[in-house]
Amino acid sequence: MKRAVHIVALFSCIFLAGCDLVVLSPAGDVAQQQGELIIYATVLMLIVILPVMALTVFFAIKYRESNKNASYEPEWHHSFSLEIVIWSVPLAIIICLAGLTWVATHRLDPYKPLSRISEDQPIDPEVKPLIIQVASMDWKWLFIYPEQGIATVNEVAAIVDRPIEFQITSATVMNSFYIPALAGQIYSMAGMQTEMNAVINEPGVYDGFSANYSGAGFSQMRFKFHGLDQAGFDDWVAKVGASGQNLDTDTLERLNQPSIAHPVTYYGTVSDTAWDRLVNLCVDGDSLCRNDMMMVDALGGGGLEGLWNREMFRGICSAEDPGAFIAMLRPEMRLRAGEIVTAMSLLPDATQTTRQ
Amino acid sequence: MMTDSAVNDAGKFYVLEDPHHEEAHAHEPPTMLGFWVYLMSDCLIFGILFAVYAVLGQNYAAGPSPADLFDIEMILVATFALLFSSVTFGFAVLRMDRGDLRGTLLWLVVTGLFGAAFLYLEYKEFSHLWHLGATPMASAFLSSFFFLVGTHGLHVTAGSIWLIVLLVQLSQRGLTPANTRRVMCLSLFWHFLDLIWIGVYSLVYLTGVLL
Amino acid sequence: MATSSDPHGLTSGGVDIHPFWGKLSWDVFPFYDPIILSTFIGVVILGLAVVGAITYYRLWGYLWTEWFTSIDHKKIGIMYMVLGLIMLLRGFADALLMRGHQAMAASGSEGYLNAHHYDQIFTAHGVIMIFFVAMPFVTGFMNYVMPLQIGARDVAFPFLNNLSFWLTVSGAILIMISLFVGEFSTAGWLAYAPYSGLEYSPSVGMDYYLWALNIAGVGTTLSGINLVVTIVKMRAPGMTYMRMPIFTWTALCTNILIVATFPVLAATLALLTADRYLGTHFFTNELGGNPMMYVNLIWIWGHPEVYILILPIFGIFSEIVPTFTGKRLFGYTSMVYATCVIMILSYIVWLHHFFTMGAGANVNSFFGITTMIISIPTGAKIFNWLFTMYKGRIRFETPMLWVMGFMLTFVIGGMTGVLLAVPPADYVLHNSLFLIAHFHNVIIGGVVFGVFAGIIYWWPKAFGFKLEPFWGKISFWCWLIGFYLAFMPLYVLGLMGVTRRISQFEDTFYSVYFIIALIGALFVAAGIGAFLVQIVQSIRKREELRDVTGDPWNGRTLEWSTSSPPPYYNFAFTPRVYEIDAFAQMKREGFTRPTTGFVPIHMPHSTATGVVLAAILTVMGFALIWHVFWLAAAGFAAALLYGIGHTFNYDRDYDIPAEEIRAIEDKRSAQLAQAAE
Repeated sequence: MKRAVHIVALFSCIFLAGCDLVVLSPAGDVAQQQGELIIYATVLMLIVILPVMALTVFFAIKYRESNKNASYEPEWHHSFSLEIVIWSVPLAIIICLAGLTWVATHRLDPYKPLSRISEDQPIDPEVKPLIIQVASMDWKWLFIYPEQGIATVNEVAAIVDRPIEFQITSATVMNSFYIPALAGQIYSMAGMQTEMNAVINEPGVYDGFSANYSGAGFSQMRFKFHGLDQAGFDDWVAKVGASGQNLDTDTLERLNQPSIAHPVTYYGTVSDTAWDRLVNLCVDGDSLCRNDMMMVDALGGGGLEGLWNREMFRGICSAEDPGAFIAMLRPEMRLRAGEIVTAMSLLPDATQTTRQ
Repeated sequence: MMTDSAVNDAGKFYVLEDPHHEEAHAHEPPTMLGFWVYLMSDCLIFGILFAVYAVLGQNYAAGPSPADLFDIEMILVATFALLFSSVTFGFAVLRMDRGDLRGTLLWLVVTGLFGAAFLYLEYKEFSHLWHLGATPMASAFLSSFFFLVGTHGLHVTAGSIWLIVLLVQLSQRGLTPANTRRVMCLSLFWHFLDLIWIGVYSLVYLTGVLL
Repeated sequence: MATSSDPHGLTSGGVDIHPFWGKLSWDVFPFYDPIILSTFIGVVILGLAVVGAITYYRLWGYLWTEWFTSIDHKKIGIMYMVLGLIMLLRGFADALLMRGHQAMAASGSEGYLNAHHYDQIFTAHGVIMIFFVAMPFVTGFMNYVMPLQIGARDVAFPFLNNLSFWLTVSGAILIMISLFVGEFSTAGWLAYAPYSGLEYSPSVGMDYYLWALNIAGVGTTLSGINLVVTIVKMRAPGMTYMRMPIFTWTALCTNILIVATFPVLAATLALLTADRYLGTHFFTNELGGNPMMYVNLIWIWGHPEVYILILPIFGIFSEIVPTFTGKRLFGYTSMVYATCVIMILSYIVWLHHFFTMGAGANVNSFFGITTMIISIPTGAKIFNWLFTMYKGRIRFETPMLWVMGFMLTFVIGGMTGVLLAVPPADYVLHNSLFLIAHFHNVIIGGVVFGVFAGIIYWWPKAFGFKLEPFWGKISFWCWLIGFYLAFMPLYVLGLMGVTRRISQFEDTFYSVYFIIALIGALFVAAGIGAFLVQIVQSIRKREELRDVTGDPWNGRTLEWSTSSPPPYYNFAFTPRVYEIDAFAQMKREGFTRPTTGFVPIHMPHSTATGVVLAAILTVMGFALIWHVFWLAAAGFAAALLYGIGHTFNYDRDYDIPAEEIRAIEDKRSAQLAQAAE
């Protein structure tokens, strides 16, 4: 079957005069499985589609008006056995396809940690995935490497055969994070975090972009994804780290201004709270942090006075000053603020991993 | 095309009697069904607004929650005003069935007064909230609250305007078939709004204050 | 934070709102853009020519009394078709602009459209094609054909029907105005929040979108209610549900879908409107708003909408295939059940439009599988048409050609649709040109082909002469070839990872595919041109193409039993129905057409209320778009008072005297006798 898939892919490529069907022949294992799924499903459906097309043409020719030899039965309009066939054949195919869908959707759930590196390479439970935090902005992509403490704009790199965990958010409208050679896309949405697990199996430079229309600079919202070996990746990290720029709150706020075709930029150091501010939509000084707001809401709201209190706390993020926000918003809770913050931190964070 | 072998009586394939006669028996006027279908589509709009409220109803944005805002006693009075108005509309329809124009008008006026009382209380609530700063712009919870309750209020307003128009038409022309049909449609509309309000009262006010 | 590019300073933030003129000023006219300006001048000249011609031939009075104020379902149906055709030209011009631009942009130049303009064009293309081309076409067919098929004299609420039409026109007019006054939305045809909110789309373009769709949506809902009631209440005696023609069945299911989904659209757009005009937080990023809810709500309407478009088209094919194969439809009952199953399933698949939003695997597989299940009844329908052809005598007249084109093309679109319903496959194909190719494959290969088939099929019923086949066949072949040339390259591009709505390209890698697609679009343009030539030629040769029998194709359903065009009362005597193909049975058993004993027929009066109300609402919509609030308030008050005033008019119907009916029917008898000689 595998070979058949490759032959079909190869054949269609020859047919299409050497075009690069990246979706069907990608360089990452997840995309590879997704591409194969397209071919399996297509073949399965062709079982019924091709006969229908052939029969359409055949009946059209055979029963044309000028062919007086063909039989003509104007009152024939019902056949129980035939109707069983025309309902059950598509049904059978859809049952197969539904099974395939159920299994494949669960296996390729982008939230799920990878179960293999590639077809012939099992996962090493010792190796932790490389975490890359991705934020779509107007109109560029910001990548933060919490492990390495660096950040980049419009360029991202990963290590070949090491699992990657993308944490995705948006500082603006909805975008879709998509590197066709690596894995299928996931929406990036403001105020929440989506996830994607993937791995790149072949070194190289691949295209990535936003796949969900987001406005004037959408066409230029592109970046390069570098698949590097460990040494190459270390060099790249060192190169980024060598840039003197620091992604602090002010830089982040400036970066968040709309810009089209933003040049590739490296940040050697990153503020610890940059990601919290991005996910919680309080990059600029006059926004309320969403997680703080949600914390107050979970406690039953800020009361009428909250309408005024919250105006004073624009731009203040509890990630930087735990407790300040809640203590000021609900003065009567001042004494308990510490406990509340501790209690909240024990819970899985409400904004983390928002699933629909 | 028309074969002349078997000649049928034209009456086999056509209704030859007086069409008025035929229609009167075969079909009721379609207005009531049409109005029902309209109410169902309107019900769907409220369904969406309820769903939106269910999704956004806890998003206070660090602002006030139902417990901080709702004056449940006043809402209860408003609820009873609306419930009574439905009862009085029922009386109006009963009068109408007996052909009693004066009684119908009287009960419709009473219905209108109850409706006006409801609207006045809702206006008072809204202006109070607005005064506190709890405007629809203040948080997603308040947006969805104002929109759900306000849409219902707009419906009651529209129903009241309709009621006034109908009062004029009834006194001009009496209980003609066209007018009784209109009274029946408005009656459906009015009871429908009552039903929606029960949903609003339980989902928004009661759960809001109790939880 | 002004994130949207706004080169023309049309934002509410940038411009003070004048108390009298609102946001209107001289700057709103697009003098800065040569493309729009020249279009504007062209449209003005064309418009003046049309107005001049109507005035010269003194047609205003005729149009007003016979058409605009008419509550005759047949005339309203024809007006819907005319609206659809005019808007098709506009929507297709947008498509050509996009294809041309992308072909240039992919070949190394910048193309002739900037991003802001390109974004408006793809938005306008989608909005116009769905709301103001496909919807008027299917509503037009349902209006014209359905009452005739069930042996009714009009729809249940004739005035409402007129109002619905003019509200749709009102929406179309607002969209057309946006071309020349201000700008249109850049947010795509479904205006995903938060992009469509005030923060990211501050310009009036989104407001044009919202008010046009709000107004037109009300019209569609009213029309849906009207047609449901018509089918339920006004069928001829003997026509049980299981004897209704399939087109009527699909019309019933479609209108139930309309009634059960357009309110969702209305509510969703109302909430978005509130976000933009009042500053509420339903779909914003701030203060607890939830943009994901917008995406869910809009698709809860949006997916059934797809079936609202395609179901009546399935109905059209189910009428054409038996007629031109000279056979009863194979599997009537399973056809009916398939239609109903599709209607119900179409409600529980909406999430397949956003598998990539991050829902869990269980949710995604559920919606993927329900989507696939829809393909079973759809497949059954295809098989039913196929086996209707089996042992038939197929006459390849133009409508049948379109059916053949449909059957071969639609299955490809269906296949790629099921492919996209597999969530992991959707992860790589979502939002790509593969998706674009897929839905154009089903909408052109399904809806558009069906519309042309239907127009050619029922044209002789509506006007009393056939369309001449030569240009019709040229039109068909241009469309068919054009479709494949335009969209097969897009499938390939999608597999190459090219995404939709791109206006600039990094390299010339994709050039050849976009150029082929452009050539395809030019073929389609030729197809549309040939169709227009076909109409003109047929009108010129109408005496040769005349059909006096009322039954030019040897039809099987009741609409063919009356004259062409039908008299305004449709049937002098209401037909009685005994089996599925009522007229086929009448012909088989040698029915006699009653020529005496006419009785007066009760019919409604024409009324100008619909036109006037829609005109007032258009002004009100325009005023709201431009924040001219005094005018909006005045418009609202005027509409309200006018509507109330209308309810004081109790004199709405009259009786057609029996003599008048006898005169018309005698004329028909003479024609039939002449034809029989």
